[in-house]
Amino acid sequence: MGMDIKLEVLDLLEENAKRDEKEISMMLGATEEEVRSAIAALEERKAILKYVAVVNRDVLEENNKVEALIEVKVTPQREYGYDDLARRIYKFEEVRSVSLMAGSYDLAVRIVSNDMKSISKFVFEKLAVIDGVTSTVTLFIMRKYKENGVILVSDEQDDRLVVTP
Amino acid sequence: MNMEEFVAKHVAAVPPSGIRKFFDIASEMKDAISLGVGEPDFITPWNIRETAIFSLEHGSTHYTSNWGTPQLRREIVKYLDTRYGLSYDPDNVVVTVGASEALDLAFRAIINPGDEVLIPAPSYVSYMPGVRFAGGVAVGMDTCEEEGFKLKAQSIEKAVTSKTKAIVIPYPNNPTGAAMTKEELSELREVIVKNDLLVISDEIYSELIYGIKHDSIASFPDIYPRCVVINGFSKAFAMTGFRLGYAAGPGAIISAMVKIHQYSMLCAPTMSQAAGLEALRHEMSTGFAQVEKMRKSYDRRRQFVYRSFNEIGLSCFEPRGAFYIFPNILRCGMPSEEFCNRLIHEKKVACVPGTAFGDAGEGYMRCSYASSIENLKEALKRIKEFVDENS
Repeated sequence: MGMDIKLEVLDLLEENAKRDEKEISMMLGATEEEVRSAIAALEERKAILKYVAVVNRDVLEENNKVEALIEVKVTPQREYGYDDLARRIYKFEEVRSVSLMAGSYDLAVRIVSNDMKSISKFVFEKLAVIDGVTSTVTLFIMRKYKENGVILVSDEQDDRLVVTP
Repeated sequence: MNMEEFVAKHVAAVPPSGIRKFFDIASEMKDAISLGVGEPDFITPWNIRETAIFSLEHGSTHYTSNWGTPQLRREIVKYLDTRYGLSYDPDNVVVTVGASEALDLAFRAIINPGDEVLIPAPSYVSYMPGVRFAGGVAVGMDTCEEEGFKLKAQSIEKAVTSKTKAIVIPYPNNPTGAAMTKEELSELREVIVKNDLLVISDEIYSELIYGIKHDSIASFPDIYPRCVVINGFSKAFAMTGFRLGYAAGPGAIISAMVKIHQYSMLCAPTMSQAAGLEALRHEMSTGFAQVEKMRKSYDRRRQFVYRSFNEIGLSCFEPRGAFYIFPNILRCGMPSEEFCNRLIHEKKVACVPGTAFGDAGEGYMRCSYASSIENLKEALKRIKEFVDENS
């Protein structure tokens, strides 16, 4: 059972990080103590890194964040391959995610900043100048529809009849 | 002119559904939480909806064969084989407008006036009226909480008469959530065969089963030739509104069912059949990932409500299938109907009284846990208040 409950707990927290131990234990038919120790183990092994909210800033008038996806081509380096270049990039505070891609470019870099200007500035001052980076293409995100498996503006609602056989 | 007199006597004699009454009360109340919903809370997976739209866009708007499209029937055959080890020829399968139509066809195909059909009680609301509309006599066989609402051979033995023609085996069960294992089903074989009964096995909840495996009573070689298996897409694939089901069984019975179906319904909706084909193909090629995900989600809610009800002092039997729980409300000392009536008026929680599923449901209520955990939590909180005030 040991590993099983860990995975189940991980699923449930990934769905909703605000669930408490009592609720999780009732959903899994486990004791609260078992759930507590599963969570501790998951945190210890860094399977759970952080508890965050999935947010949609677009609905706020005071939203002042701009997000961009940057396609980065690089020359892989001897011994380190792509890892060292990726590290040089992901350490910047503005960078939200970095992934190595198969296809027409190498690294997909997502960055968030307060305005377009600071994003461009980041690209030509910080990113493009890194040794090994051969080209960048900056794509600004205009609207988000789905993030982390959550549809941000869903048009679907529960329209079931209230009592049915 | 009294128009009531035009209504056929055997139709007038069937009382209106007990569910209807609660529907009327609950739909008046805007802020009520409903645990009365007998359908999945998932919206049909997008790949299935998208296939239905594609089918419309491509002009598949005509009748299909009365039996259903050959592709869908072949896929159903494959599904029944891989999932439940049941082997059928596509000619022994008819696609229907929901499992409900399949049930109705089965009753109409086999019942002569006065024939008796055995039905476990409490049970799904359509069986008894279906038998009576077909001119038969529905005979209930009580099941009880102590035996996990499972059907026992002795109950069949007790109910059987020289007029008994068929028996309905409805597991996993709505409303009790009971499911029967292969061993438990096996114990029914002897009395069924001895009394030469036809078996109508309603397996609409076959994919929603927890902690045990679903086995069809048709998987026994002595039952197979006398069994009509009824299943559908509503519960497993969250496709209630598509109205798509099917029956598989002996050629003579299926052909008789098709005879009625071809004159009354012609065929199941064409776009629904396309959608059903996608549902089966997609799940069979992905190891039933989507179905399993939904099953798991129900299972967690099942465990949550099961423990919650016991915590608030309404003892209940642990459901093993479907998405219903059937708590015992006797300790509050009032009949099911009064309990549910007051619960909705005083606490704004809609549940269905056990008696809506026959007299054997007295002392219980059916709660559907196909609802969000947040709703379930709030509903349980209110039910607890009600129970505390009334015991």
